[in-house]
Amino acid sequence: MKIFVPADSAALALGADDVAAAITQQARARGLTVELVRNGTRGMIWLEPLVEVEIDGVRHGFGPATPGDADAILDGSSPKALGPVDELDWMRNQTRLTFARCGIIDPLSLGDYQAHGGLAGLRRAIAMTGADIVDEVTKSGLRGRGGAGFPTGIKWNTVLGAQAAQKYIVCNADEGDSGTFADRMIMEGDPFTLIEGMAIAGLGVGATRGYVYLRSEYPDAISVMTRAVEIARAAGVLGPDVLGSGRAFDMEIRKGAGAYVCGEETSLLNSLEGKRGVVRAKPPLPALEGFLGQPTVVNNVISLATVPVIFEKGAQFYADFGQGRSRGTVTLQIAGNVARGGLFETAFGMPLGTVVNDIAGGTASGRPVKAVQVGGPLGAYMPVSKFDTALGYEEFDAAGGLIGHAGLVVFDDSADMLRMARFAMEFCAVESCGKCTPCRIGAVRGVETIDRIAAGDGAAIPLLTDLCETMKDGSLCALGGFTPFPVMSALTHFPDDFARMKEAAE
Amino acid sequence: MTLSAPATETDDMRAIIAQHLHLEGPLLPILHAFQDAFGHIPAAASPLITEALNISRAELHGVISFYHDFRENPAGRHVLKICRAEACQAVGGNALAESTLRKLGLDWHGTTANGAVTVEPVYCLGLCACGPAVMVDGRVLGRVDTARMDAVLAEAGA
Repeated sequence: MKIFVPADSAALALGADDVAAAITQQARARGLTVELVRNGTRGMIWLEPLVEVEIDGVRHGFGPATPGDADAILDGSSPKALGPVDELDWMRNQTRLTFARCGIIDPLSLGDYQAHGGLAGLRRAIAMTGADIVDEVTKSGLRGRGGAGFPTGIKWNTVLGAQAAQKYIVCNADEGDSGTFADRMIMEGDPFTLIEGMAIAGLGVGATRGYVYLRSEYPDAISVMTRAVEIARAAGVLGPDVLGSGRAFDMEIRKGAGAYVCGEETSLLNSLEGKRGVVRAKPPLPALEGFLGQPTVVNNVISLATVPVIFEKGAQFYADFGQGRSRGTVTLQIAGNVARGGLFETAFGMPLGTVVNDIAGGTASGRPVKAVQVGGPLGAYMPVSKFDTALGYEEFDAAGGLIGHAGLVVFDDSADMLRMARFAMEFCAVESCGKCTPCRIGAVRGVETIDRIAAGDGAAIPLLTDLCETMKDGSLCALGGFTPFPVMSALTHFPDDFARMKEAAE
Repeated sequence: MTLSAPATETDDMRAIIAQHLHLEGPLLPILHAFQDAFGHIPAAASPLITEALNISRAELHGVISFYHDFRENPAGRHVLKICRAEACQAVGGNALAESTLRKLGLDWHGTTANGAVTVEPVYCLGLCACGPAVMVDGRVLGRVDTARMDAVLAEAGA
């Protein structure tokens, strides 16, 4: 009997270890031989811990499970039975390319990984020239999934063309945006796909060394990735002779130290070098002068983890999903006050309202949706009136927002948008690296200005607008430059929350 | 003032540094290793680190003080991190944080008088679909309500 109990940290946070222990204990009491697999999560976080029992090759789900359910799950009488997991609407309605294996396989079994298509992409890449590898990525239309949406192939091509004794692949796994957990989920649920993607990148641009800069807030992901790198090295996937190709690529996992701004690529590089995580001016581009001054590809986890499927199935296969200049799939992370939260991978182009109302099932509290913050703490608060905005880079830009790392945080009507705007400024003040004055000082003044508005001083509103303009124009990176997005969207779309206090004061 | 530590402790510290010197950009791994071993970065480690890496005391202080993770003084026996980010706020994270701090009579970064618990803010644990989320000494907990928090605090001896 094969039973799956996720060891993803969301499942652990909801008691998966206790459920696994109870199942093991109950099985022993009944004399059952159970093979317990600690898989990643399927992404249906509202059903975690989601226990799956394999019967005749079909995986039947039970969730959300508690230790008390173990008995009934083993004898098949549990009222928490969900039926075959692959038949659930949430799973059937997705296009899982990047996350195809996540939640299915044992994350640290290289055998499982290969049985589900793993390493096919790397094997294909080994037979290609660097220029062909880069060309394949360019043709796929893949754009940076970390937020900026820069075409991955163009970035790789710059590094390919650079002459240097040493080049690097750096994976940005400093996923600090609230509402996002796709990086964590894939690193915990399918770590080899990231390793494979980085190895392909290395072969493509001629880099022999890679680093994953992984935030310290993710101890479970650090542990899984560290073991996965050791396993990959022992199996010859990493090392001086990648899969017998005669070419070298090896990598290390590096732990961040709690600075949000290190998710910005130049801060990250400084941090990796052992310096303060202060933003660097561009140019020079990291692609030409990156880690230790050498040409460096810096890509987000999801961008790199998507590379294997592009090589396994072909660039055109990937590019056939999506719309406009947003090709392939977007890994939506649905979070906050939602009935059904989790990860939903789908082709670009779905309207925001469909995701929030149909897929997520509205709010968990049952109250009306007030706003959805898309793209993390630097993303705009989208009101319900903008629910027809399609999820695509250009579409969100046109609607005054950004999709960023594709996290959606839903708020019900009890949310106070003035308080959320104040928090955005407060967060910026806490996390500013201090390099640019509009960010370092502006964020502090922003908190004070919003406090004035809260105290009934309506004259402070134009001041706040002006301050946001200054921050937007005068900051090197997205922290100072995009903090105005949540602030101004809150002010523009929810003016009542900024006027209410004034009436109360009068 | 000279900072000195017992000889064996100095040897331990030098060993920690030596283990990481082959790395490219060894400073953060060294600081993490010190924090893992000592719970904080001891003042006596500073001259050893600056000497080994050929950096100034000011540079080292600049790095230690830049990152939220590094501390120059010991924390409580347990560190409770409460997520303050937006997704947790959407499901009552603020109220949970405020009531916890009030109950313990602490402000953020404070430690209970008995030295049991230090409470720190954290901006996202990646548990955004099962908030409010907290982390106790590296163990994550989701959908934490006040009853669950009371149990956590009791277990930690706060």
